Amino acid sequence: MMDSCNCIEPQWPADELLMKYQYISDFFIALAYFSIPLELIYFVKKSAVFPYRWVLVQFGAFIVLCGATHLINLWTFTMHSRTVAVVMTTAKVLTAAVSCATALMLVHIIPDLLSVKTRELFLKNKAAELDREMGLIRTQEETGRHVRMLTHEIRSTLDRHTILKTTLVELGRTLALEECALWMPTRSGLELQLSYTLRQQQNPVGYTVPIHLPVINQVFSSNCAVKISPNSPVARIRPLAGKYIPGEVVAVRVPLLHLSNFQINDWPELSTKRYALMVLMLPSDSARQWHVHELELVEVVADQVAVALSHAAILEESMRARDLLMDQNVALDLARREAETAIRARNDFLAVMNHEMRTPMHAIIALSSLLQETELTPEQRLMVETIMKSSNLLATLINDVLDLSRLEDGSFQLNIVTFNLHVVFREVLNLIKPVASVKKLLITLNLAPDLPEYAVGDEKRLMQVILNVVGNAVKFSKEGGISITAFVAKAEYLRDARAPDFSPVPSDNHFYLRVQVKDSGSGINPQDIPKLFTKFVHNQSLATKNSGGSGLGLAICKRFVTLMDGHISIESEGLGKGCTATFIVKLGIPEKLNESKFPVMPKVPANHIQANFSGLKVLVMDDNGVSRAVTKGLLLHLGCDVTTVSSRDELLGVVSQEHKVVLMDVCTPGIDSYEVAVQMHRLYSNHHERPLLVALTGSTDKVTKENCMRVGMDGVIQKPVSLDKMRNVLSELLEH
Amino acid sequence: MEVGQMQRRLAEFTKSMFMEGFLDGQFLQLQQLQDESNPDFVVEVVSLFFQDSEKLLNDLTLALDQQNVDFKRVDAHVHQLKGSSSSIGAQRVKNACVVFRNFCEEQNLEGCMGCLQQVKQEFYLVKNKFDTLFTLEQQIVAAGGSIPAMEITSF
Repeated sequence: MMDSCNCIEPQWPADELLMKYQYISDFFIALAYFSIPLELIYFVKKSAVFPYRWVLVQFGAFIVLCGATHLINLWTFTMHSRTVAVVMTTAKVLTAAVSCATALMLVHIIPDLLSVKTRELFLKNKAAELDREMGLIRTQEETGRHVRMLTHEIRSTLDRHTILKTTLVELGRTLALEECALWMPTRSGLELQLSYTLRQQQNPVGYTVPIHLPVINQVFSSNCAVKISPNSPVARIRPLAGKYIPGEVVAVRVPLLHLSNFQINDWPELSTKRYALMVLMLPSDSARQWHVHELELVEVVADQVAVALSHAAILEESMRARDLLMDQNVALDLARREAETAIRARNDFLAVMNHEMRTPMHAIIALSSLLQETELTPEQRLMVETIMKSSNLLATLINDVLDLSRLEDGSFQLNIVTFNLHVVFREVLNLIKPVASVKKLLITLNLAPDLPEYAVGDEKRLMQVILNVVGNAVKFSKEGGISITAFVAKAEYLRDARAPDFSPVPSDNHFYLRVQVKDSGSGINPQDIPKLFTKFVHNQSLATKNSGGSGLGLAICKRFVTLMDGHISIESEGLGKGCTATFIVKLGIPEKLNESKFPVMPKVPANHIQANFSGLKVLVMDDNGVSRAVTKGLLLHLGCDVTTVSSRDELLGVVSQEHKVVLMDVCTPGIDSYEVAVQMHRLYSNHHERPLLVALTGSTDKVTKENCMRVGMDGVIQKPVSLDKMRNVLSELLEH
Repeated sequence: MEVGQMQRRLAEFTKSMFMEGFLDGQFLQLQQLQDESNPDFVVEVVSLFFQDSEKLLNDLTLALDQQNVDFKRVDAHVHQLKGSSSSIGAQRVKNACVVFRNFCEEQNLEGCMGCLQQVKQEFYLVKNKFDTLFTLEQQIVAAGGSIPAMEITSF
C-alpha cells in the first residue's frame, strides 16, 4: 500500500473560514453558471431572429462545464475518492476544450455582432433623413398645388382687372397675408402708382412713388422675391394695425410684356422692360417668417401674372384688329362694287361710241372731201379744209381713245398679216412729205440692205407707230432734218442697257426690226422723258400752237410696241438738242412668198399705170450729153429700148415706125424743135404709125406749152424728170 | 473699218451733201435708175458731167476773154452747163448758172466774170464731194458690203 495518496493536499492547513467562503462562492458560481444558459435559452427561444443559435449552444456548454467544474470543486475540499478526481479532471479537460473553442469562435463572432450595431445606427440615420425629405416634398407639393390653383384662377379670365384682383385675392388667401398690393408704372415711366390692393386701405389708389428708389431698383434687378423693409415707401400701405411689429414684407417684380416682346422662336427679351411691383405683407404681430417655399410660390405667381396680362393684351389687340379688318372688308367690298359699276358703265359707253360716234364722223369726213373736189371759192375752200382738218383730228382722237381703252382692257388683238415692209416705210414718207416740205424739213429714210422685204405682223398698227413717232419728230422740229433708219437688230443690239427688263429671244422665224428716228428739233428735257409715255400728259414746254393731239399718241405706241414683243424709248440730250426715238418690234418672217396670198402691186396712191414698158422703143433727142444720158437711164430703168440722138438731123435720120415714142428736148436755143414736130407730122400722116411726140422742157411758162401743143406734140414733160413722172406720162400716152 | 461703219459714213456724207445744197432731188432720181442692168449708171453720168463741164468752163473762159464778147455764145454755153447740172442734180452749180444767164442777158461783163468764178468754184467743190462719195462707195464694195438704198424727200 502506498503511503502517499492521490488526494491533493493543500500546502498549508486549510483555514476553516476561508474554506467555507470558497465553498459558498463556488456554489453560487455554479448556480450562476447553470442559470445563465437557461436564461439564454429562454430568450433565444423567444426571439426568432437570433442567428447564432449554435454559438449559444457552445456558449451554454462552456458555461455549464465551467459550472460543473466549480461544482465538482466543491467535493475536492474534503477527502475525495479517485473517482471524484477523475470526474473533476474530465470536467476540467472538457471545459478547457470547449472554452478554447468558444474563445476561438468569439473572435469570429464579435466583429459581426458589432457591425450589426453599426448598421442599425446607419439605418436610423437614414430613416431620419428620409423623414426630413418627405417633409420637404410634401411642402413643395403643397406649394405646387397652391400655384396651380392660383394660376387657374388667374388664367381663367382674360380681363386685366380680374386677373390682377384675383391674383391678389388668391395670394392673400393661400399665404394668409395681411396685405397684398400691386404698383404699376405710370405712362411716363417715372413713377409707380398703387393700382390694386387686397383690402381697403387708407391711401387711396393713385398714390405714387418715384420709380428710382434704391429699394425698387433692388427688387427690379433680381427675378427673385426680395425681402424688403416694412418701412420702405412701397410697403407703407396700411397703417399699423397690430401692436408694434409689422410682419415681414416681400416684394417681387412682375414683368409687363408687350406684344412686340414675343419674337417667334424666341423667348421674350427681358432687357428693356417695364415692371410692376407686387408687395406682400405677412400679418403683423405674428412670428411668421417667409419660408423659402413661400417665396418660390410668390415668384412663380408673379411670372404667371405677367403671362396672363400679356395674353389679355394680345387678345385685346387681336379683337381690335379683327374689327378693323371687318370694317375694311366692308369698305373694300363697296369699292369693288362701285368699280365694277364704273367699268360696266364705261364698257357700255365704249360700245356706243364705237359705232355711233364713228358713223357721223365718217360721213363728215367723206362728204367734206367730196366737197373739196367741187368748185369752191377760196373762202369756201378754206372753210372746208378747216372742217376736214378738225374732223380728222376728232376722228383720230376717237380712234386713239378707243384703241387705248381696248388696249388697257386687254381685249385688243393684233391683226397679223403678211405685208411689204419697205412699202410701209415709203407710205409713211409719203404721208409725212407734205408737212415736212411745208416746214422745209429734210427727211432721210435709210433701209438696211438686209431688211426683209416682206414681214408678218400687224401692218396697220406698225405703220401707226412709225407714223406717230415720225410725226412727232416732224411736229417738234422747226428746221433741220429727220432721219429714219431701219435695220434688223442683231443680238448685241437687243440687250439694251436702257431696257434691262427687255430680253428678246431671237428665233428662226422671227426677226427684230429696229427703227431709229432722229430729229434736230427742240429736244426734250431728260427729266420729262419718263412722262412721255403717260396718257394725256402734255409736255408743257413743247405745247405750241401747232401741236394738236390728245397726248395719247406715245402711250398707244408704247402699248402697240409692247404687244409686238418690243420696246420703245426716247432719248434727248436736252432742250434744243433734238431727240432720238428708238423702237424694236418683233416681226415674223413669211414662209414662202406665195403670190396669191398678198397683193403683188405696192400700194402707191392713185396708180393705174402700166409698170412695165419692156421693149418699148423710144427715141431721145437732146444735145446736152448729160441730160441725154440721164433720160436714157430713166427709160432704160423703165425697161424701154432706147436710142439717142443729139440733133434734129440725126433724129430724122434714125426715126422709124418702130419707135413708139420720141422724146425731144425743146429748150435748146438754136434748134427749132417745133419744126421737127411739124416735119414728123408730115412724115407720118397716118396717125397710127406716127410715134408719140413728147417735149422735154426746162421752162415752166405757159407759152412753151402752148407752142408744143400747137405743133402737135402729144405731151410735154417738164425737166427735171422724175421716174414717176416719166412713168405716168408714158402710161397716159400709151393708154390712148 | 468694218462695213456697217463705212455704210453709215456714206449715208452721213450723202446726207450732208443734200443738207448743204450740193445735191437736190434729181440726184436721187439718178440713184433710183441704177440697178443690176445698169450698175454704174450714176458714176458714168457724173463722170460725163465732169468731162462736159470742164470743157464748157474752158470754152466759157475763152469766150469771156475775147475783145468782143459774144454774149449769145456765152449764154449758150451756160445754158448747156445749166442743163447738165440740173440733170444730175448739182443744185449749187445750177443756181450759179441761172445767175450767170441773167448777167448774160443784161450783157454785163463784170457780172459774167464774177459768175464764171462762182460757177467754177461751185463746180470744183461739187467735184471734190463726188470724188469722196465714189471713193467711199468703192471702199464699201471692196469690203464686200453693198451700197445701202437711200430715199430722201426734200423740198
